[in-house]
Amino acid sequence: MTPGALEFLSELVRARSGVILQNEKSYFAESRLAPLARREGLDSVDALLTGLRRHWDEKLAAATVDAMAIADTAFFRDRAVFQHIGEVLLPTLAAARQDGVVRVWCAGCSTGQEAYSMAMLAVQVEAQVPNLKVDIIGTDLSQRALEKAHSGIYTQFEVQRGLPIRLLLQHFEQTGDMWRASERLRQAVRWRQLNLLEDRRSVRAFDILLCRNVVRYFDAATANRVLEQMSGALAPDGFLVLGAGETTAAPSLKRDETGPDTFRKISAQGQVAA
Amino acid sequence: MGLVVDDSRSVRKVARRILETLDFETAEAVDGMEALAFCKAAMPDAILLDWAMPNMDGLEFLRLLRQEPGGDAPVVVFCAAENNPEKIAEALDAGANEYIMKPFDGDIVASKFAMAGLL
Repeated sequence: MTPGALEFLSELVRARSGVILQNEKSYFAESRLAPLARREGLDSVDALLTGLRRHWDEKLAAATVDAMAIADTAFFRDRAVFQHIGEVLLPTLAAARQDGVVRVWCAGCSTGQEAYSMAMLAVQVEAQVPNLKVDIIGTDLSQRALEKAHSGIYTQFEVQRGLPIRLLLQHFEQTGDMWRASERLRQAVRWRQLNLLEDRRSVRAFDILLCRNVVRYFDAATANRVLEQMSGALAPDGFLVLGAGETTAAPSLKRDETGPDTFRKISAQGQVAA
Repeated sequence: MGLVVDDSRSVRKVARRILETLDFETAEAVDGMEALAFCKAAMPDAILLDWAMPNMDGLEFLRLLRQEPGGDAPVVVFCAAENNPEKIAEALDAGANEYIMKPFDGDIVASKFAMAGLL
């Protein structure tokens, strides 16, 4: 890939998704974009990018950004986080809600493993905590990733990353070489395409907001802006959970030392809800 | 100590290398019978167990192991080509702690060992 093409691609991906591509990722970009170039009848990734630069095509630009989406995810990634959510956050929030409904948003859900992990955790905790009802929404920028998430179909490799065998047998059905999430699991999650970079006003307040291994690919200013906006979508006593080792300098968020990678919202009065 | 039980020499070699990267001292057995003899002499902490093997298969070995004195201690992770859910359930009922469907790689073994409380 020519340096000019890589620079053009980097700027396109950064502007659309906030993701900063590293220079050494040119091989990665090549392998991700080659199938798209072939589909477009072009003989190289350079031809794809040069063509796009000369004759702008919105659909092709979106497909290019989509093909570059980071899809590194696993079921129950960082088990301590899910343990904390199951043992502490869900029971605490259920007790604080009159209707027992706990609203969960998986932001940057990629191919859905995290949202389905939440759904499996919900089945388990709902059996122990009367009144609890977990409502889950998964969003991602990548339409391709969302289609896979929605289908609930995973390879044998994917269902062995982080998913205990008993949960696989309980919640998935074997279809040929693949495994499909049960009807119950698929009905437990709603999927929406959403660009975290876009300004929006949240109409709903979420109790648990998972934004894991997303902002690490952004520059610091973008990460803070995105998380600041997310904190606006958080209930006053809600929790934001970031990926392992991720942190934030967003002024309205404060680390919650009682949970791994967990943050709470500071109210206008500078207080963290009890 | 981790015991790798598989009739394929190449699988044993790959599995052994993976277990060693997870800081297990590793031993090998070629079938259930050899594995049972090994366990009677010294119970391992973890057993990575194939299903289909000559002389004694993995399921029969597991049932006999769990009847041995101290035989409930080892964490047994099946690692087999069998991927039929009913068969897997049978292995779990017989006392398997986790189950890996072949083909596998180091990430899957590490992930499954962590789930089984070994790491």
